[in-house]
Amino acid sequence: MNTLRRLYALSIIPVVSIVLALLVGSVLIILSSPASQGHLDFLLPLTAYEALIEGATGFSFLNVDPAQHLSFAISFDGTLAARALTNTVAAAAPLVLTGLAVGVGFKAGLFNIGGTGQVLVGGFAAALAGAAVAHQPAPIAVTIAVICGALGGALWGFIPGALKAFTGAHEVVLTIMLNSLAALIIVGLVNDVFKISGPTFARTAGVGNATLPILFGRNGSLGVLIALAVVPIAYTLIYRTTLGFEIRTVGANPSAARYAGMSPRKLIILTMTLCGLFSGLAGTIEILGLGYYPAVFGTSIGFTGITVALLGRAHPVGILLAAILLGAMRAGAPSMQITAHIPLEIIDVIQGLILLFLAAELVIRRLLRIRADRVTPGELKSVARSYGQGNV
Amino acid sequence: MEFLYDIPVLGFVFQLLGYIITAVATTNLAPQTLQLATPVALGALCGVMNERSGIVNIGIEGMMLTAAFVGFMAAMLVDQAMPDAAPGFFGATPALVVGVLAAIGAGMLVSALHAWLSISVRADQIISGTVINIMAIGLTGYLNRLIKPQGSAGTFATFHPPDELINLPVVGWIFRMFLQVGPISMSVLILVIVLQVLLFRSRWGLRTRAVGEHPRAADTVGIDVIRLRYRNVILGGVFAGLAGAWLTLEFNASFQNGMTANRGFIALAAVIFGRWTPLGAFGGALLFMASESLGVAIRSNPPPGDLGIWLSGLQAQFPSIYNNFFSALPYVLTIIVLAGVVGRSVAPAAVGQPYVKEGAS
Amino acid sequence: MTQIVSAPALEMRGITKRYPGVVANDGIDLDIKPGEIHALLGENGAGKSTLMNILYGLATPDEGEILLDGVPTTIAGPSDAIDRGISMVHQHFMLVPVLSVADNILLGEETMANPIFLDRREAHRRIVELGKRFGFEIDPDVKVANLSVGWQQRVEILKALYREARILVLDEPTAVLTPQETKEIFEVLRRLAAEGHSIIFISHKLYEVLEIADRITVIRRGKVVGSRVPAETDEDDLAALMVGRNVQLVVDRGESHPAGPALTVSDLRVADDRGHEAVKGVTFDVRAGEILGVAGVAGNGQDEMVEALTGLRKPTSGRVELNGRDVTGTGPRELQKYGMSFVPGDRQRFGLVLSFPLEDNLVLTQYDEAPYARGPFRNETAIHDWAKRAIAEYDIRTPSATVSAGTLSGGNQQKAVVAREFSRDLKALILDQPTRGLDVGSIEFIHRQAIAKRDAGAAILLVSAELDEVMELSDRIAVMYRGEIVALVDGPSAQREDIGLYMATGRSDPEAMAATTTSMTAAVAAAAGADAGLTGSSASDAGLDANPDASPDASPGPKTGSGPGNGPDGPDRGGGE
Repeated sequence: MNTLRRLYALSIIPVVSIVLALLVGSVLIILSSPASQGHLDFLLPLTAYEALIEGATGFSFLNVDPAQHLSFAISFDGTLAARALTNTVAAAAPLVLTGLAVGVGFKAGLFNIGGTGQVLVGGFAAALAGAAVAHQPAPIAVTIAVICGALGGALWGFIPGALKAFTGAHEVVLTIMLNSLAALIIVGLVNDVFKISGPTFARTAGVGNATLPILFGRNGSLGVLIALAVVPIAYTLIYRTTLGFEIRTVGANPSAARYAGMSPRKLIILTMTLCGLFSGLAGTIEILGLGYYPAVFGTSIGFTGITVALLGRAHPVGILLAAILLGAMRAGAPSMQITAHIPLEIIDVIQGLILLFLAAELVIRRLLRIRADRVTPGELKSVARSYGQGNV
Repeated sequence: MEFLYDIPVLGFVFQLLGYIITAVATTNLAPQTLQLATPVALGALCGVMNERSGIVNIGIEGMMLTAAFVGFMAAMLVDQAMPDAAPGFFGATPALVVGVLAAIGAGMLVSALHAWLSISVRADQIISGTVINIMAIGLTGYLNRLIKPQGSAGTFATFHPPDELINLPVVGWIFRMFLQVGPISMSVLILVIVLQVLLFRSRWGLRTRAVGEHPRAADTVGIDVIRLRYRNVILGGVFAGLAGAWLTLEFNASFQNGMTANRGFIALAAVIFGRWTPLGAFGGALLFMASESLGVAIRSNPPPGDLGIWLSGLQAQFPSIYNNFFSALPYVLTIIVLAGVVGRSVAPAAVGQPYVKEGAS
Repeated sequence: MTQIVSAPALEMRGITKRYPGVVANDGIDLDIKPGEIHALLGENGAGKSTLMNILYGLATPDEGEILLDGVPTTIAGPSDAIDRGISMVHQHFMLVPVLSVADNILLGEETMANPIFLDRREAHRRIVELGKRFGFEIDPDVKVANLSVGWQQRVEILKALYREARILVLDEPTAVLTPQETKEIFEVLRRLAAEGHSIIFISHKLYEVLEIADRITVIRRGKVVGSRVPAETDEDDLAALMVGRNVQLVVDRGESHPAGPALTVSDLRVADDRGHEAVKGVTFDVRAGEILGVAGVAGNGQDEMVEALTGLRKPTSGRVELNGRDVTGTGPRELQKYGMSFVPGDRQRFGLVLSFPLEDNLVLTQYDEAPYARGPFRNETAIHDWAKRAIAEYDIRTPSATVSAGTLSGGNQQKAVVAREFSRDLKALILDQPTRGLDVGSIEFIHRQAIAKRDAGAAILLVSAELDEVMELSDRIAVMYRGEIVALVDGPSAQREDIGLYMATGRSDPEAMAATTTSMTAAVAAAAGADAGLTGSSASDAGLDANPDASPDASPGPKTGSGPGNGPDGPDRGGGE
């Protein structure tokens, strides 16, 4: 299959899903307009999406004058764009990592929904480590904090991995339980043990020199580089090494993997730990950017990672692109909320819609007569297969 | 008895047991346990319906959340339209009844989506369930923020069984447990028993079990596998809908984002624990939520003696951890049970595999 | 063999059915008389199953018509077929293992006490009575998973009779039966025919067809190529019709010149997934340059033994030596490095990763060895070159080396596995059901390859449920029964009847057959007794030395009909990395 056709086959369904999701989203926006604007406004989606794009890229193509008249006016403000794009990139960086956390899991036939908990544990570990090395020279402090954060996340991936490998319990329910547990445990620890006196809200000590250095803009931190670096590492690992071959084989056919002398147990534990590590890194970036761990810390990047992975077809490059898209949506959402008075949560709805259309791939193909070859990762099919089987 | 309490470490265990026994006999620990277990049990019944037919459903959480929201909004709207309706049995107003029906309808609708994705589109069933969960959180969060509902239709009232029954010496607490609760909680036991009997003695039950184990065998004797699966999944939505209704119409009188708190997943563990039988799943639900119920009891009514002193000490020193510990117990129990039981508890053989009719392209 | 001369009970005229890329049925005409046993003969993939699926309502013909008792009919689906008196016993049993005999028979044709609840008591009564009519004693409450394949076969037939079928279609009914069980089933079929039932008997086994059928229709590549009466034909004639050329169905084995023992097995004991002893102290050796065939009904410990020998399952005790080196409990990778190769019984589950490209499959068991890997990295050029060579050398029909293995036909998939495993410097080779489900051409090819390997000096252990294959290829034959080797004889001089008896009863005593073939309770008790009697002592053995890696998982995988054996469970075995 030549490259262009392959590219088309790979991306057609995700692209169509995004477009359809935005379309349905606009219907929802129109239906919501009585509540948000006070009257039915059919043009609201236009302003809303335009604000979204402007918030994400600085690129604006509409102009609303005081009399509420819309006119097309393409404008581009350099400083605005720089800030918007930085926001997008900063929002996308952790999503790349949480997306890989789910995507790499898919390759091994595992569904890692534990991103939320792994992010929290990773961030918490980074905060504690950072506070401990807060006065060391920056390069050392940052390195140590980042490593500890990654290890924290790895731990929260190792636990369900080991449980699944040795008992056959399915990782979906296990990781969800661990998500809840992580939040409860960490909140308790921050409030009772690690809280510092002084600030008006409960939080851990500041990480001082372990804060991630800002490389560009207001929030383009080292985290962006980390995320970017992980992508080619993940790609090489999965597709060019023997270990990656083993992971993919276990995901595609665990019985054949055993026959080929591979150890599904070891591979499951390894993969889940690696996924946890990726999520932990994401949490580390968030917390080291913040400078401390507040007791009430909550983030949706773990969850969004699922959408990123599915949209990116569990392939590192696809995940990168999907992360940028979803990061853009997150970056632009506040501007949309301000301009169009649509609650931020519309982004979550659109995310869900994208997933819905991705899942309904067969139907979309038939409806739109898409004849490109199916390139759905086979691993996505094996996730449900291991449910309730009680063995690996 | 008391001497048992004084043994150094084991003593605490005995004190705890003594406390539990007293609490069950005198306080409302038992009915409270049933109430807390209700959404998990109903979610588990939904899970049993789905998985016995061969469909994995991890979207129970999302179904419950959607139903909770829809039921709450429907009840509120009706209540605003009919503010003076007099409450009937169980404190039921037309608003509450409409709310329950709306919740059930929402559960069935979302289940229909899962059925369509899993059966006709043949998407991976775990992905389908996840889609439902994500959409549920997104939509309910969005609409909740958009509409900002004020006020509510209230909740159903707990039933008060006659004193002669609940004051019976040894068995009084059983009556209290199953009767001194709201209507939805009270219906749980009945639903469990009915489903159990039907699953193993009726024609529907036999066909369902066959379809979940070996759909092709069922197909070759003329059973319409697809239709049966659709029907069962949508009917399962009734239970998920009831669970959602319980949350906002019997337990709380309001809706909060994400109020299901992963109970839908504990329900899945209850299904596995109960070996995919309604009765077993119900037992599992009681077991998992009993820990939370116990926590509530201990916090409101601390045990006497050394145990109580030790616990209050802990509470004073680590208030946040202490509270969170009890909230965490159901999740910990679930993990322990899953890890210990899953290998021995065998799922219906064809679960998770979409059925393709022979000869179809 | 009474024949009632009258109008055909069933006529299929001009049936044509097309699937993408292939014409499965091309203008087929078939007529079946009442009380007739009519055989449909053809090799795998000829179109017999498609034709019967059409008859049973599982597929609709593109052209042609079906007449029942002279009346043109459209069959809407299986329940319609059943209502019209057509019942089918499938090659892979359509029984639900966890349900009882009664529940399986009831399913779809439920006897009701009232609109909601089943009437199990009435059903019991009817089933027992039905069984008696045909000479066997049924216990309706036994779980199907606990029945032998012979008894499961009978339950399938009972299913049809419970629905008052007039036309019974049996798809490869004897594929998994011993010669004795085959005789029993033939008796039942003759009785049914005498009562006026029509029977369509699908098979590819020539001597059986000649024995049981009143008439034979041969199908090749979707067309009817001939119709015969047994008296007027013989195996060669039928074979030629079936395959379209004069085929040497039996490969010339030639003389074997065995050297010293290469693979030695001493008192091997292996536990199954549930912790019961499946292999109970087996001792034999395979010499370099010979083929030792292990015959036996599926489920008598062969799977566990093969898994122990290939490193997928740790034995509980005993010793395995490969050319003098102790390899007991070693993992698959090590064994492969020592020169042992293995062609697994279920190629789609164990031998290949269907979603991977063909070239990756061709290095599935060598992926981390030079030249296919350099340190931790894969060497894709080397892999690609090897794939090109393998495709040419082993005649694998495929558009390219990068298509996914799932797109290949069964025969070509197996050739790929063979290419991978045979192309090494082999000391020992284990073949498990190597030609199951393949077309004649592929079977021939693989048999020839096996003999070539033998002549090159490899020690070959052949495990097959197809007695014909074992007898055709083996220089020596061992029979496995309930975890033990109950016979070890010279291959070329072995008699089918004797081997069959050993397979069915573990002894050469025909009387032992009688009880367990007429009474289901006796059969189940005998099976349980055989396990229990030994479980008494061996359970403690198994428990003490129990495979530490065996998780308590109760992998269901019940041994139903021709299904593959249980996959090995869980974990790391031996030193496998």
